[in-house]
Formats: sequence, structure tokens, C-alpha cells
Amino acid sequence: MTGLTPPNGLAPPNGLAPLTGRARPDRVPHTLAEWQALGGYGAVARALRMTPREVVDMVAEAHLNGRGGAGFPAAHKWRFMPEPGTTPGDGPSYLIVNGDEMEPGAFKDRLLLEALPHQVIEGATIAAYGTHASEVIVLIRDAYRGGIAAMQRAIAEAEAAGLLGQNILGSGFSLRMRVHPSAGRYIVGEETALIEALEGKRAVPRKRPPFPAQVGLWGRPTTVNNVETISLVPHILEHGAQWFRALSRTEEGGTKLYGVSGRVNRPQLIEAPMGTTARELIDRCGGVSGNGVLRCFQPGGGASGFLEPGDLDVPLDFGHTARAGSMFGTGTLIVLDQTACPVGVTARHMRFYARESCGWCTPCRDGLPWAARILDALEEGTATRSDLDVLAMTAAEAGPRGRSFCDLMGGAMGPLASLLARFGDLVAAHLDGGCPIRRGML
Amino acid sequence: MTLPADLATRIRAAVDHDGSPQAAMLEALRLIQHAEGWVSDERLAEAAEVLGVGVAELENLATFYSLIFRRPVGETVILLCDGAPCWLNGGDAVRDALFARLGIGFGQTTADGRYTVINMACVGGCDRAPAAVVGRDRRLVGPLSPDGLAALLEGGL
Repeated sequence: MTGLTPPNGLAPPNGLAPLTGRARPDRVPHTLAEWQALGGYGAVARALRMTPREVVDMVAEAHLNGRGGAGFPAAHKWRFMPEPGTTPGDGPSYLIVNGDEMEPGAFKDRLLLEALPHQVIEGATIAAYGTHASEVIVLIRDAYRGGIAAMQRAIAEAEAAGLLGQNILGSGFSLRMRVHPSAGRYIVGEETALIEALEGKRAVPRKRPPFPAQVGLWGRPTTVNNVETISLVPHILEHGAQWFRALSRTEEGGTKLYGVSGRVNRPQLIEAPMGTTARELIDRCGGVSGNGVLRCFQPGGGASGFLEPGDLDVPLDFGHTARAGSMFGTGTLIVLDQTACPVGVTARHMRFYARESCGWCTPCRDGLPWAARILDALEEGTATRSDLDVLAMTAAEAGPRGRSFCDLMGGAMGPLASLLARFGDLVAAHLDGGCPIRRGML
Repeated sequence: MTLPADLATRIRAAVDHDGSPQAAMLEALRLIQHAEGWVSDERLAEAAEVLGVGVAELENLATFYSLIFRRPVGETVILLCDGAPCWLNGGDAVRDALFARLGIGFGQTTADGRYTVINMACVGGCDRAPAAVVGRDRRLVGPLSPDGLAALLEGGL
């Protein structure tokens, strides 16, 4: 397993860490000349010699699933975009690269934006070509100032070299790319809320259908892809769909940039084959910290349900993680040892979701703060038995998809539902004086 | 109108860059905040006039996003992460030490106007938990410790 390795010269990516293998250890982004010396923009040239349909077919064959959380096949999403001339009215089609990463446990896009901006541009150019988009907006959260600066510099370099703008590499394909910093709030990362934000509105999700591919930014066809998804695209074009699939241990192609945090000795980002297990990732991080004994982990960021030591050998991809009763999400593990309390973790997640909701629909606006207050009360020892019923009711009634306007509420209920299902006795033990782990009772 | 001329010019440039006054509203707020640290009622109204949008329309936006400050903030804003990965690595102790040292809580500014502390999750530094982003360039700092805080604050954030 290869993590963040130093640049490997002119050789193609070593196959195990194509996404991050060329990053410098100090995260200083490459200049255009340096990137080209590493083989950069070769994939763009290759893509532009193909038809857009061939590009999309290749990405489909590579089994690239979106890395933003939902795991939807990237090519499938791209195919929703209309052919040029088939949409009424005039105007551009858009590709939005979503770098509004803000979920607790997720810190992977930060590296890709800060250290590998030309890789993002390459991927976005190819994706734009495949989706008939003429404008790319890279949305980056305000806290990632390094990423914003790196992307802006790299875009200017690419424009000056004719790799963006009119008639790229003499192909006839033209593309405008710009960076848009976001101004805070987790809900901005939701696909349609993000479009509202870009239109200068509150980031309140839109009803679907129509889907963004039909009616997106300013009413025009729009695709939204995560930074990591986009960053993988050049490697598929460069080395082929079969090569990309072979990187993975499962049916879902490629490598994954796993982020491991919480109670491990060396929290870090690890690029590893899709389907790598939590056991391997935790080992790579020097093992469990705290008392060294694993209690549970969340395999996919704050919204994913808890898994336990018996799940350590589940291949971590979207399908296997769902079958194990959780969610792969952003592929970022949060690890808890026996001295860490899953009630406390869930309480913090719930406060986060309550604070970052757009507040537009009732289950989220009212339900999340309610659940957060009860979890806080449990930690402090002021909760009552009937509070547990309310928590259970909230998870059961508001959690399932379709009960709230967007998926934020359902996501927030993921850890709560699994907390109640897997750690019911521990939760109930909090009724008697607060967190028993903090009080040294367990 | 007292909006500095260069700010008005940059807001107009943002309209050209972003394609419409609506699309440039957030950038206008950001430009004001970058210049003055926060967005006052007066500046907000002036920016609305430059953009040709309603004051309420701009206000509606300004009050939604957590990183647009509608009250004065200190010279250095500390966005301290209160997310679960930071908590698991000692975030509460860091928070308590910071509050004790500065004599303020979340959302407050020190009497000398040097620091404002705001809670936020996640700052994208889970590998450096407990972490914070500090200052106008939003520099990531971590892993923080109660003992290390003193040195960090004295070193000037």
C-alpha cells in the first residue's frame, strides 16, 4: 500500500497511488512546467482526440463512482447532460467541481486542491469535454485559502499556455474555468444548494426533478462532481479503463483517498486500492491510540453509521460498506477506542448538522437541534428515559430518505440510528449520572 | 456614499467576472470583509447600491453564510474546530485553555480587540486534530495543546 509518495520523476504513476503519487511531501503545488515534465496534460490531449462519447464510455468502463459521498457512477451522471444544440435557449453548460468539503472527518479534497491543482484542471477539462460543458466553476470552501490560491494560479498558467480558453490544443474545444470561494455552511456542498449559492441565494436545496443536468446553474445544463472524482479522471484517460479497474480490489474502480482520524496514533491521508479494509488503514496509522483497543469506527465520515471490530475486514467501498450496515460516504474513517464514547461523538455530529442545516424544512430545523440537546443531556446526565424514546422516534421517523427535503437529515440520522442499535446499553447507562466512560465507570 | 472607491471598483469587476450582480453578491460581501474585517449595515447598503440589488436581498445572503461576519471581529479570528475528530483528540481541553487565556467564549472578542473565537466544524485538518484555522489567510494550525496555545498566541497568529 502506498501513501503520499514523493514525485516519481518522469515515470507514469506507480499504479498504487496515481492520485497523490506526484504530490510533493511539502504540498507545494507544481508549476505548469513541472507538471508537464511529470506527464501532465497528456491525458487532456488524448481526450480531445476522442469524441465526448468515447471519453464518457471509457469512464463508464473504468467503473468510476463519485467520491463526494453518494457513490453514483460518474459516467452515468455525465450521460444525463444534453448534446449541444438540443437544449432550448442560449447559454453555456456548466461543470461544477465541488470542493466545499466540510464534513467532520473529511480532509481529502484539501490536499488535492492545495498540492495538485493542475490535476484538478486536467480532470475538469476532460469532464467538461465529455459533458459538453463550456464553463467550469471550482467551488472551494473559504477555509481552504491555500487551495483557492493554488487553483487560481494554476488556472492562470493553463490559460496562458493555451490549455484553457479558446480552441484548446487546436481541438476546437473551448473552456472557461474559474474559482468561486464558498462562504461557510455545510449545506452548500449539496448539489442543488450549491447551485443556489452560486446564483447568489441562500443555499437551500432545490426539488428534483428537474435534475441539474436539465435545469442547473442559471437554468442551464449542469454537472456537479467532487474534487476527488474529477482528479481521478486524467488517470483513466492516461492508462485506460482496465488499468483503472485493476487498481481496485472490488468492482468499484480505482484507488481511494482514505482519511483516517480520531483515535489512531498517526492520523493521515492514505491513497489505497478501493476495497482496502479498516484493519489495514488503522495499521497503517500506527494502530489504535487511547487504550489501544478498538470500540468502533465510522467508515465514511460524520454521516456514516458505526461499525465494530467484527467489521474490520469489510472491503471499504460503497457497496460493501452499505451491506455491512453503514455508508462509505467520503471514505474518511473516524476511529474510537474503548475510552472514547460514541454518544459524545454522535452528540458533536448532531450539533454540527443542526448548525449547518439550511433550516428550510421542519424535520431538519426542529428535529436536529432537539436530538442534539438530548445527546448533550445524556452526556451531562440530565436526560430522562423518555428522551431515549424521542431519539429513537427521531431516527425512525425522520431518518429515512424522503422524509425531509434533502439528504442532510437522513445523513445526520445515520450515526444516531446505529448508536441506538449497536450501543443501546451504553446509551442507557448515560441516564445514571452522565457519560460512564468519562466518569471511569466503564 | 462612503464606500471606498477601490472597493466599489472591485465589486463592479466581480460583476463582470461572475457574470451578473446576483452572482457577485457574495464576492462583494467578501471584498468588504477582507478590507474591513466585517460587514457593517452601512457597507452592506452601499454594496447593494453598487450592485443594483435590494438591501434585503444582500442582507438575506449575508446572514446565511457563517463566514460573513455581521458584527465587528478582532484583529485575528480563531475558527476553532469543535467537530468529533478534534474532540476525540483533546479538543475540549484546548477550548477551555483558550477561553481561560483570552477571557472570552465562542462568538466573543477580547477587550483589546485582538482576538475573536468562533466555533466551527470541520476545518479540514482532522489529521492535525485538535485544529483551528486562524487569521485572514485562514492558516491551519494543529495539533493544538493547552500548553502549546500560549506559545502560539504569544508568537502572534
